[in-house]
Amino acid sequence: MENLDPRSLRWIAEGLAIGIGAIGPGLGIGILGGKAMEALGRNPEARGAIQANMILAIAFAEAIGIYALVVALVLHFV
Amino acid sequence: MKPRTLIIVAAVLGLLVAGTFVRGPLPPVQLPAETIVGGLPFGFRITNTILAAWLTMAVLLILMYKATHFRFERMSLVPSGVQSVVEGIVEPLLNLVEGVAGAHWGRRFFPLVMTIFLFIMTSAWLALVPGFGTIGLVEKPHAGSGHHFSAVDLGPLRLAFYLDPVALGGAKEKAQPEPAAAKEEHPESKTAGSVEGELVPLLRSANTDLNTPLALALVAVFFIELWGLRAHGFSYVKRFVNVGSLLRGKPMGLIDLYIGLVETIAEVARLISFTFRLFGNMLAGEILLAVITFLVPFGLGVAFYGLELLVGFVQALVFGMLTLVFASMAVAGHGEEPAEAGHHKPM
Repeated sequence: MENLDPRSLRWIAEGLAIGIGAIGPGLGIGILGGKAMEALGRNPEARGAIQANMILAIAFAEAIGIYALVVALVLHFV
Repeated sequence: MKPRTLIIVAAVLGLLVAGTFVRGPLPPVQLPAETIVGGLPFGFRITNTILAAWLTMAVLLILMYKATHFRFERMSLVPSGVQSVVEGIVEPLLNLVEGVAGAHWGRRFFPLVMTIFLFIMTSAWLALVPGFGTIGLVEKPHAGSGHHFSAVDLGPLRLAFYLDPVALGGAKEKAQPEPAAAKEEHPESKTAGSVEGELVPLLRSANTDLNTPLALALVAVFFIELWGLRAHGFSYVKRFVNVGSLLRGKPMGLIDLYIGLVETIAEVARLISFTFRLFGNMLAGEILLAVITFLVPFGLGVAFYGLELLVGFVQALVFGMLTLVFASMAVAGHGEEPAEAGHHKPM
């Protein structure tokens, strides 16, 4: 432990930030996609509306993952 | 197959095969935009992202000029050529905007939403053009040692380019000229015909600099509030500071005050989320492409290129759509939001 580089905690933090941060959005997008598939199966005529709203909701969920990525990038470069 | 199709297919396959021998250099990724022209008064500097933003604006202006000649009277009712392409972009989005916001407000929102969409998409797609991020100046490396560029003297200029020998399975060593070429004006540690330093690209996607997404988000939020004020007059402020019930002596009015505070925080959070969603996607895409061309033979990296195309389009659409949705919520009045449907029960 004495030879541990003091910067190593920062590196571990970078990895954990994006690693753990990607779990939520990954699950969220998967759930969204699944529900959209279900809705599409029930009502194929509503395809346009379902698709558009799905993309919008996925972008919201993905943004959270991007926040985690930004934290990791900040830890890396600053 | 026609001979022309055969040639195209052969060329594409040949490029993919040749791409397995070519690899990019280890990317010197850095977050802040690099200065191209510094030393302007008041501490201003021209960064490569500013140049890319100007280029984006120029591309959009030229496209729109070709489509309309900036004179609506001269546009033909039956479009052709560039005008029909632009109409093909404008009309679906106009229908979408009017579908979400209604006919009257849709017309008001459309210029901002369209501009945001076009600017983000154009700046994202321009960054995929060969030349962005690969042509630039060679400067002194500030983190570790830079790459070795081979240099050639052309009169007053030194042209430096990057060669990366790629060993394929250890058996073959082939030096292929890499797409990184640099016009170098600050020779550092010259040995005969070689220059060491780091490549500072002349052009870098505008939204990879935090300032551009922040500016777009500020403009979007400013207009959302403006339209809210225009729709409701001064009582729009009641959405954020709701002291009506409290002043009438009902202690339950404290809840309204709290809800108003949460709405304010939500507005600020929207600003931050707009900024970082766009910035993170663009920056991550740029880093991803640079790292993939380093890790993986060039031909296989083409798949990520497609991903970047998609991401550029989707992020532009999302930014525009979110602006639109929040603006429609602002002009519809907070009493009509489904989340506050229970708020209007008589107390």
